[in-house]
Formats: sequence, C-alpha cells, structure tokens
Amino acid sequence: MSLSKIKNIPFGKNIIELKNISLSFGGVKALTEVSFEVKRGEVFAIIGPNGAGKSSMLNVINGFYKPTSGKINFAGQERLQMEPEFAAKSGIARTFQNIALFKGMSTLDNLMTGRLLKQKQNLFMQALYIGPAEKEETFHREKVERVIDFLDLQSIRRTPVGSLPYGLQKRVELGRALAMEPEILLLDEPMAGMNVEEKQDMSRFVLTANHELKTTIVLIEHDMSVVMDISDRIVVLDYGKKIGSGKPEEIRINKAVIDAYLGVSND
Amino acid sequence: MIYKETGQYNSNYRSDHAIFPLMQDKIAFSLLMLVAFLFVPFVVDSYWEKAILVPFLIYSMAAIGLNILTGYCGQVSLGTGGFMAVGAFSTYKLMTTYPDLNIMIIVIISGFISALVGILFGLPSLRIKGFYLAVATLASQFFLVWLFNKVPWFYNYSDTGQITVSERTMFGVPVTGAAAPPYATYLFCLVLVVVFGFAAKNMIRSKIGRSWMAIRDMDIAAEIIGVPPLKTKLTAFAISSFYIGISGSLYFAVYLGALEVTESFDIMAISFPVLFMIIIGGLGSMLGSFLGAAFIVLLPIVLKNFMVDLVGLSAVTAKHFEITIWGLLMVVFLIVEPHGLARLWSIAKEKLRRWPFPY
Repeated sequence: MSLSKIKNIPFGKNIIELKNISLSFGGVKALTEVSFEVKRGEVFAIIGPNGAGKSSMLNVINGFYKPTSGKINFAGQERLQMEPEFAAKSGIARTFQNIALFKGMSTLDNLMTGRLLKQKQNLFMQALYIGPAEKEETFHREKVERVIDFLDLQSIRRTPVGSLPYGLQKRVELGRALAMEPEILLLDEPMAGMNVEEKQDMSRFVLTANHELKTTIVLIEHDMSVVMDISDRIVVLDYGKKIGSGKPEEIRINKAVIDAYLGVSND
Repeated sequence: MIYKETGQYNSNYRSDHAIFPLMQDKIAFSLLMLVAFLFVPFVVDSYWEKAILVPFLIYSMAAIGLNILTGYCGQVSLGTGGFMAVGAFSTYKLMTTYPDLNIMIIVIISGFISALVGILFGLPSLRIKGFYLAVATLASQFFLVWLFNKVPWFYNYSDTGQITVSERTMFGVPVTGAAAPPYATYLFCLVLVVVFGFAAKNMIRSKIGRSWMAIRDMDIAAEIIGVPPLKTKLTAFAISSFYIGISGSLYFAVYLGALEVTESFDIMAISFPVLFMIIIGGLGSMLGSFLGAAFIVLLPIVLKNFMVDLVGLSAVTAKHFEITIWGLLMVVFLIVEPHGLARLWSIAKEKLRRWPFPY
C-alpha cells in the first residue's frame, strides 16, 4: 500500500470513503454514523457550526483519532482506522486549526521537515555529510525552494517561525504540507482569522495546488463565501451528524443546513 | 562594517547550506584551527593542559552530547554523570581486558557502550515528558553510579574501589598515564572533539537534526508529518550518550588517570555543571556548547586568580566566595539572557554588521 496505488486511481473516482464513522470520547459523541466520500482531484469542504465534529473528522482521516466504529476505505483498501505515520507515507498531509509549526526552527527548516519521509540516507552518512547525503539534502532543498517561490516565502526563509505574524505562519504551515508533495491535503480552517486580502491569497494558493499539482483537497472553513467559491462538493455536519451533502448550490438552499446555521429547532 | 554580509552571494544550495556560509566565519574558524593544531601543542605546559585546555575539551564533548538531547530534541536529562561513568568504566574494563587494543578504539567503543545504555534509559521518554523525564533520568544517574560502586567486577575487585589508567600510546607517544606529555593529551582530545563536533553539526543540519527539533517543538505535528517519536527520541538518547560516554572515557583515561565513581561522577560534579553549560552557552546551539564549557571551566580559575592574587584573600575564603559568585552569576545570567552566550554572540554580530554607524 503506498503512494503508487493512489496515483493509479483515476481523477473523479473515490479516493477515501468513510462509512458510518462514529467517534466518542467517554460519554461525549463527537461523530455519529457519518458517511461520505472524497473523489480524487476535487476540493471537498466539510462545514458546520462550532463543535460539529469537523476537526475530529480530519483527525480520523489522518489517523490521529481511532473511530469507535465504522470503516475507512482508503484507495480501495478497507480498514478500521488509520495510523499517522501510515497516512503521512501514503501522501496525506494536513494543517491544523491552531497552527502546529515548529516554532524554534526557521521557515526553511520547517518546510524541510515536510521532506523527512522522502530522505533515505542513514545516520552515518548524515554525520559525514559527503557524497550522497549532501546530494540528497540539495535535491530536497530544491524541491522546498519551489514551494517557497510558490508561496512567496523568500524573505522569511531564515526567520524562526515563532516570530512571524499569524497570517504568514498559516502560509508556512501550508508550505510544510505542500513540501510533502501530498496526494491529499487536509486543511483545517486555513483562513481563520485572516483579513480579506490574506484570504484571497490563501484561496489562490489552495486552488493552484488543486489545479496544477492535482492535489485532492479536504477543507474545513467557516467563511461561507470562500467555501461556496472554491469547493466542488460539500458535506455539512451538525452535532456530529451529517445533515447534508452535495454541490455548493444545493447546500445553499438545503433547509436542514440553513436551520442548523441559523439555530432553528427541528422539533 | 567588520561583520559585513553584503556582497557575499551563494550561487548554489550547497554553499548556502555550508556550516560557515560567511567568509568571516570561515577565516576565523580556519585561524582558530591553525592555532589549535599548529601553535598550542608547541607551547602548552602542564598547568594549561590540566587546568584549562583538556577539561575544556572534555566538557565541550559532554556539552555537545547533552545539547543534542536537551537542546535539540527537548528531552531534559540529569543523567550525564551516570553516562560519563559508563564511558569511564567501559574504558577501564576494555583497557584491562585487551591490553593491546589501541586507545582511540577503546574510547570509541566506550562511546558505543554508553549509547546502548542511553537507549535503555531513554525508553521511558516515550511516555513521560519535561520535569517527569528529568526525574526519570535522575534515576539513571543514581543507579549507574550505585552499580559501579557496588559491583566489584567493574573495578576489577580492587580494595579501594578506584580505577586507575595504564599507559597507552598513539604513534609511540603516551597519551594516558602519568608520563603522557601535555601536548599529546591535548591533541588526542582536540582531534576527537573536532571530528565529533563536525559530525554533530552535520547531523543537526540533516534529516535527523530536523526530526529532533520537530519533536522538541511540537511532537504531535511531528508525528503527523511522519516523524516516528520513539525512534527519533531513542536516536537522540543514543547519540547524546555516545558523546557523553566518550567524554567520560577521556575524563578518566586522559584527564584524571585515577578516579572513584561516587566522587567523580556525582550529580553535583558532572550532571548539573554540564546542564548549566548548555543553558549558559545556549540550548540548541553548537557554539553554545563550547562557550558554556569554556565559561564553566574558566570562571573558577578567573575568580580564584582575581581574589587570591589581586585582592589577597586566603585560598579558603576565596573558595567560599567563588561558589557564591558562581551561583549569583548563574541567576543573573538566566534573568538577563535566558538564551545564553550563543545569543549574545549573534546579537554582537548584528551590531558588528553596521558598526561604527549608528543606523
């Protein structure tokens, strides 16, 4: 099971299918019987009010949470849960709602960590830093520099990310995920707390990654205009349950979704 | 103006990623190496060797080791003394068991033995973090010292519990034992520190170093991008203990010559001073390891010379003052510059870049 298997899936076919996923922490039910599928090459959005279980859903997809019940069909293979390392190796990258960068490291080093899984030199060669070890570093540096160019991060290459402003940190985090050359990119509120221009930039980066790198994108976002603009399909969660799914124009007129957002009781 | 980066362009990633990308640093380091290898050996006397140079090199080695574990991988350790004891006793056992084995090989094997012990004591680090891990490593400190004290096999059943080095030579010159000339012990330590110093720097700027720092800064995110936490932490423990083991080996074989474990590898004698070295020098900085070691080695000597020779205090009073001032400086330092001497140096570089212009 690996990247090659995912690359064989034709665009537009299911890459992840989540079947009746339930997740509970003690008595708290975070997710109840949620099912949906993500197609290869699309921009897929998960929306819903606060506490609807959106982030939990992402955590299930990349193996950080183990679902209490339900099945995950990933690239044609059915499993009960994912493992973080397996997910990373299979080409799933993600960003976090609360930025999870390595604060003491420079932007460049943060992006280079995205290449860790692809670096194969052993410890001894790394300590010697000659021949193949050096070539490998340079090779991955070139890849990372492309991401730096793409995201306009040149001027902050050497800056420790802890001292960067919020919007830039979000961008660096996207960069770290992109440096992994992922097949699937999970973005947890990439535009939260940004101003309009930053949101436009971020949307542009996400769409370019989707169009040119052909990355499948699973996105959680609260800004409805952004979601409606950039996503191909949407699933709506409320209190851990799926209350609607479909194309943006269908979601816009979905009664259950509107009620959930406006707080109308269904009783 | 002195430390000007302008006009120095790196046209490829290889030179951009060099250890010393700036011409000034390259020249300064080359000069330092020239003096260290070609000048100091000819002038070094027994006082400089025993009081300053050899302890500085040995403590630098230990500080690099602890900095890898604590500064780069974020795992606080108070077990330095214990791991140095492993290095020392491995050296002793190897020396007595294989009299013909070259001392350099013995030192390096001692490093590997310490690395294995380090892996063993690093196992709890997967489950416990921060202060709790510090306490767990404290257990290794006390257990290892206890072990070398209580099991006579380690000191070959000698009556005193002391271990004593026998003479070993490199290229015909003795480097251990009483007959070793100052320049030989100095060069022996210097070569090891330079070689392994470069190795450490290379690891830090490669994949493994970034994995360590990722674990240090945010272990959850590190796991998500595919850094295996246990393996990475254990590698840090192993390599850190390797360095500390080598320093323990040198401490015994080259520096002291004879020692008794409870006295020489006590937590107050080794573990805390080395931890202070990396805190004062700078956590997560290679330069900091050296600056911290120099600071801790030189400070007592400077203070003593100042108080006894200049002020005219008696040696006993001076010793009391020395401990007080040492503690005071430590506190002042942590308040004024928590990031250590390495940070002070980088601030100085910033200033030197435009000095003497005020803008």
